[in-house]
Amino acid sequence: MNTQAISSGAEPAGRQEAEGAIRLEAAAAARGGRPVWSGVDLSIGQGEFVAVLGPNGSGKSTLLHVLLGLLPLREGIASVISGPPGSAKDQIGYLPQRRSFDAGTRVRGLDLVRLGLDGTRWGFPLPTALSPRGRAAAGRVEEAIELVGASAYASRPIGALSGGEQQRLLIAQALVRRPRLLLLDEPLDSLDLSNQGAVAALVQRICREEGVTVLLVAHDVNPILPYLDRVVYFAAGSGVEGTPREVITGPTLSRLYGVPVEVLETSDGRLVVVGTPEPPAHHHARHDHGD
Amino acid sequence: MAIELAGLSWNPVSDLEQLTEFPFMVQALEAGTIVAVMAGAIGWFMVLRRQTFAGHTLSVIAFPGAAGATLAGLPIALGYFGACGMAAIALSQVSRPGRESPGSESAAIGTVQAFGLGLGFLFVTLYSGQLSDLESLLFGTFLGITAAQVQTLFWVALAALAFLAVIGRPLLFASVDGAVARTAGVPTGALALAFLLLLGLAVAATAEITGALLVFALLVTPAATAQQITARPGPGLAISVALALSVTWLGLAIGYFSPYPVGFWVTSLSFGLYVAVRLLLGALARRRGPEPLGAAP
Repeated sequence: MNTQAISSGAEPAGRQEAEGAIRLEAAAAARGGRPVWSGVDLSIGQGEFVAVLGPNGSGKSTLLHVLLGLLPLREGIASVISGPPGSAKDQIGYLPQRRSFDAGTRVRGLDLVRLGLDGTRWGFPLPTALSPRGRAAAGRVEEAIELVGASAYASRPIGALSGGEQQRLLIAQALVRRPRLLLLDEPLDSLDLSNQGAVAALVQRICREEGVTVLLVAHDVNPILPYLDRVVYFAAGSGVEGTPREVITGPTLSRLYGVPVEVLETSDGRLVVVGTPEPPAHHHARHDHGD
Repeated sequence: MAIELAGLSWNPVSDLEQLTEFPFMVQALEAGTIVAVMAGAIGWFMVLRRQTFAGHTLSVIAFPGAAGATLAGLPIALGYFGACGMAAIALSQVSRPGRESPGSESAAIGTVQAFGLGLGFLFVTLYSGQLSDLESLLFGTFLGITAAQVQTLFWVALAALAFLAVIGRPLLFASVDGAVARTAGVPTGALALAFLLLLGLAVAATAEITGALLVFALLVTPAATAQQITARPGPGLAISVALALSVTWLGLAIGYFSPYPVGFWVTSLSFGLYVAVRLLLGALARRRGPEPLGAAP
């Protein structure tokens, strides 16, 4: 069964003519000589909200590193915003995994967002009041902070904020350059359930209003399921892509894992995947001697 | 404490005239000013980057460098700058960005520190063991600065601060948010090395005046105090420099009129300021009531 073929009828209008934001063809990636996944085909259109799912160590972050151009593909072709990975760095906003600031970090959230805008520029910045460029930058920073709803606490030291507040400011930082693609690595990881839903809703709103393509790595699909357009699911050295209802099904996941897997739906619409093997231990034992 | 302030008239104008009467005092004030500006600015980044231990290592290595230069009959400044420069490069090799084991790293650095101090002691002993030399290497020669030294310090500080101004913003980015800075195209590795070299320069320049052990009075304490006061980068840098300048000027002035050494006054003043600011901010925070729930780590 080909998930691509099924999905073509359900795709949002305009998806075909719009240039794909991300394309991967027969792609394979390796880390330190150890294969992570192979035979992966992806086609993600501009403005879609996509979750990247799968067990630990299945290569979710690896996908982001490939798209950022930090890790070259071992096989296959990749294109990100109409060019090879790494060619459109300034059009990608990236939020790395498990980033939090301890209480001693004496930098305001505002400064952190500002660094996302012009932190790469050399030279000493003039005081904002004296430079038009500085005023424009300050305006853009304020806009991004308002977009994520963090205006109330943006001028407090980032270390003094809660995980959810820090995460919103980090999303503002990733957004501040008006990227066309947003890569978020486990932004919901350290948040409680209600905050996970709130941040997912926020990301979906940004995705719709700004037309940004979003790839969000998550380990639990349920809090974000209502907001998603598509999912990419990695497991057992491979990956599939499609809408949540196509991919998170018993037959598709059984084929991916290579063992019978069941997907149960609870009465409130939550999906529970049952019967997956424990891949990390098995995986390591098989490849460790190869280093 | 009864301190006999010989010659102090309590008339600001005549006291200032007294202070600048002798060239050694003018040179001390000039050198102190240059070093305070440099140490205040570079120290602010050092505290932000949590590289205080690296700064400490550089200052400890400055001691054998200076002692070795004295023994070899070379200019003492060459010893300070040479040793700190080499130590900065060595440190950048030990503490590569992305390596997440500060524990073993600091153990390795500590081992080298102890060896450096031992070497310095050997050099001083070999140099027929004049105790006054040892003391000035460790605790400074505030009042023995020559006009030539002031000139060298001025150019070194100007070059270092100009370089810091150019790399300042990406350095701030790399310091608070390394992973994102790296993917945005900031050369974080090169910046880490560049900053350690700058820190080496600042330590060497400061050590020439304050001695190897009192470097921190100007490099850490004003910066740490400034970061207590504000989290804003621009004002924080300015406050750090202003505090370093005030403790240097006040320390030199009090030292001139009192029988106790300048090094003692500079360190005590900066320590006193740090404690006062901490207590004051603590009291303010308590008055504002308990921290909101969201602030808990």
